[in-house]
Amino acid sequence: MTVHNLQITASAPDPALLDLPWDIPLVDWPEETLAALPRGISRHIVRFVRLSGRVIAIKEIGESVAYREYELLRQLRRLEVPSVVPVGVITGRKAPDGEPLEAVLVTEHLQFSLPYRALYSQALRPDTAARLIDALAVLLVRLHLVGFYWGDVSLSNTLFRRDAETFAAYLVDAETGDLHRQLSPGQRAYDVDLARTNIIGELMDLAAGELLDEDVDEVSIGDALVARYEELWETLTESESFESNERWRVAARIERLNELGFDVGELAITTDIDGTSVQIQPKVVDAGHHSRRLLRLTGLDVQENQARRLLNDLDSFRAATDRQNDDEEFVAHDWLRGVFEATIRAVPRDLRRKLEPAQLFHEILDHRWFVSERAGRDVPMAEATRSYVDDVLRHRPDEKSVLGLAPGEKDPELDA
Amino acid sequence: MATVTYDHASRLYPGTERPAVDQLNLHIEDGEFLVLVGPSGCGKSTSLRMLAGLEDVNGGSIYIGDRDVTDVQPKDRDIAMVFQNYALYPHMSVADNMGFALKIAGKPKAEIRQRVEEAAKILDLTEYLDRKPKALSGGQRQRVAMGRAIVRQPQVFLMDEPLSNLDAKLRVQTRTQIASLQRRLGVTTVYVTHDQTEALTMGDRIAVLKDGLLQQVGTPRDMYDTPANVFVAGFIGSPAMNLGTFTVTGGVAEIGPARLPLERDVASRITEADNGRVTVGFRPESLDIVTQADESAFPVEVNLVEELGSDAFVYGTLKGDLAAQAEVHSGAGDDQVIVRVDPRSVPAKGERIYVTIRPGHSHVFSSASGERIS
Ligand SMILES: Nc1ncnc2c1ncn2[C@@H]1O[C@H](COP(=O)(O)OP(=O)(O)O)[C@@H](O)[C@H]1O
Ligand SMILES: Nc1ncnc2c1ncn2[C@@H]1O[C@H](COP(=O)(O)OP(=O)(O)O)[C@@H](O)[C@H]1O
Ligand SMILES: [Mg+2]
Ligand SMILES: [Mg+2]
Repeated sequence: MTVHNLQITASAPDPALLDLPWDIPLVDWPEETLAALPRGISRHIVRFVRLSGRVIAIKEIGESVAYREYELLRQLRRLEVPSVVPVGVITGRKAPDGEPLEAVLVTEHLQFSLPYRALYSQALRPDTAARLIDALAVLLVRLHLVGFYWGDVSLSNTLFRRDAETFAAYLVDAETGDLHRQLSPGQRAYDVDLARTNIIGELMDLAAGELLDEDVDEVSIGDALVARYEELWETLTESESFESNERWRVAARIERLNELGFDVGELAITTDIDGTSVQIQPKVVDAGHHSRRLLRLTGLDVQENQARRLLNDLDSFRAATDRQNDDEEFVAHDWLRGVFEATIRAVPRDLRRKLEPAQLFHEILDHRWFVSERAGRDVPMAEATRSYVDDVLRHRPDEKSVLGLAPGEKDPELDA
Repeated sequence: MATVTYDHASRLYPGTERPAVDQLNLHIEDGEFLVLVGPSGCGKSTSLRMLAGLEDVNGGSIYIGDRDVTDVQPKDRDIAMVFQNYALYPHMSVADNMGFALKIAGKPKAEIRQRVEEAAKILDLTEYLDRKPKALSGGQRQRVAMGRAIVRQPQVFLMDEPLSNLDAKLRVQTRTQIASLQRRLGVTTVYVTHDQTEALTMGDRIAVLKDGLLQQVGTPRDMYDTPANVFVAGFIGSPAMNLGTFTVTGGVAEIGPARLPLERDVASRITEADNGRVTVGFRPESLDIVTQADESAFPVEVNLVEELGSDAFVYGTLKGDLAAQAEVHSGAGDDQVIVRVDPRSVPAKGERIYVTIRPGHSHVFSSASGERIS
């Protein structure tokens, strides 16, 4: 292998990276090296590889663009926007005959992520489309809030992870992006319009491949993204005026944003000269209100809606154990040990890895509600867990890394 | 189709002191291929994004045709950004891949098919229209992506370094394809690149920017033959033009022992600020090797010879009495002169050669302002 010119740019390079067959074009990598996970559609060659107990994604791409995307992904990570984690850039690849090979960008495969093609064709509940769109709208708003112009918003460039009964969206392709101090209305409008076109195109493609429920209307889903985005953007950024004797509206606005999962980092309050009216406008909003609160209380790092669900359970635990006057941290600690971890541990180890722990817990809570209603009594957690494991989890696909493509879908790229 | 006009258009990014694009005045003709070129950070992308509606315009206006689009939303400007997005849809036919945006816009089926067929003809894709993208080669896939933009029949195409992601070979190929395609379609096109060779080979006209200021607009020939200032002179051409600042005595610029007579009207344009000095530019290909006896010959000591098959270049140092005072630089760096020589008789390293500037091939600039005076 000709490795002498290989250059690896990474913050913490894994020496095992060097053992990969960099002298072979990515298209020709031997099957035994690859992890056959589903992908979105792309123009570059992308492959997954198992390495040191994890999975990495490798994308062949021009050198300067590779470095640019790597840098952007690092910045997005620093800004705490959900995106794939960059591992590094490898350049100086050469085939044995000396022919130079393209640079690669390496990212960590996002565990438990579900490309939309897998989601649609698994015939999930009919409102899946709407929930994906909701998740993508939240991601796009978050990106725009930090000044990121995406330039190529699409379902393929987004990864989805289950987040309680909804989805959380992650950015996967930053190639066409740009970070600005603040986006102009034109930049936001362009991104949203492109998102609409791309989403409709991607759904039309699924329809052409007979992978989409006939009842799904592609155009209305695209339109839904635009509507959802605009609604969210307004709520997060619009300024609101009221009489100065309606001060409660400040608190109400903050609560409304919390409900949507955002914290208000900075709120501009201006009064007019005679002090009769007040204007407020959120200046800095941070997503992840519930997940931050749960992290602070329990150390659990989970997604927003999972956190919401877990916090609700924590609240009911507190009420049930009559500890409203105890320090919240202590109660949270006891709940974590006695309820959350106990429940997860009660799931057999080999089945536990099928879903993220927080998602597992969320589903068990759902299941408990379901079996309690059927039984007409309050089924205890331990019993609900047993029933969930036997009746549900055993029959679920493994989502840590969804293997293979959806039933009926051939990998259109691999056999090209 | 339409003209494009920047009228004193400026962009000042929040939190910065200087405009990234400063009072840009530029008129692009209907059907013209205009290339914005300049070093990184000069404001090319900002200019293009202003036209696309992606960047607020802080001063001046932008017109597409007679329509003031300064405050119009990007999607209502009737422009197409090309190459931004060309992931093809695997389950859709090539025709549907090209026409799906029209379908979304609710255009009638027959019209979509007609526009797609026209585009396919121009793109040489007719026989593939009913196939799936996986049947296509890399180059054909790229043309399908072009087709997506073409079928929308926009007034203007915008391209921002569309070739930067391609390897050198494919870049040269695609460059030619885009240029000839644009000529066939006749759609006004604004193209951004930092690569002056790309600009020279593709553009009907080139606009050179530096620090947000337009330096010169003209045909590739104009830029090459009559650069408006020292910056353009040094930027356009490869290898770059040699530029030196020399003392003028009695209407003659002294280059080493050589004397380069300046035209009368040039000499008269030298101002007090120039302090008796001018900047003279001469391209590597405008030098002839002569003998020491030649009146206008100046000596160059050979440091390195670069042989490129059909061409050979000498990288050398200017020698002679006055050489020390002259400030010379070229594409090879300070104190370096580049000379194109006959590849069949190249001088040896360390050798001293005598060269002279071919008559009429020198460019004279004010040493104070850098503006062209010849
Ligand atoms: N880190 C990752 N984790 C999971 N999936 C990934 C990752 N990186 C890429 N992918 C998959 O590969 C596909 C193509 O990657 P992308 O970066 O969008 O390539 P392109 O620039 O060619 O569009 C994505 O749609 C996604 O499904
Ligand atoms: N979003 C931005 N915010 C602040 N400054 C910017 C932004 N984008 C570009 N600039 C600055 O404006 C100038 C012109 O940038 P750009 O138009 O990207 O140049 P070019 O395309 O010629 O490389 C540079 O100095 C750059 O740093
Ligand atoms: Mg992509
Ligand atoms: Mg640029």
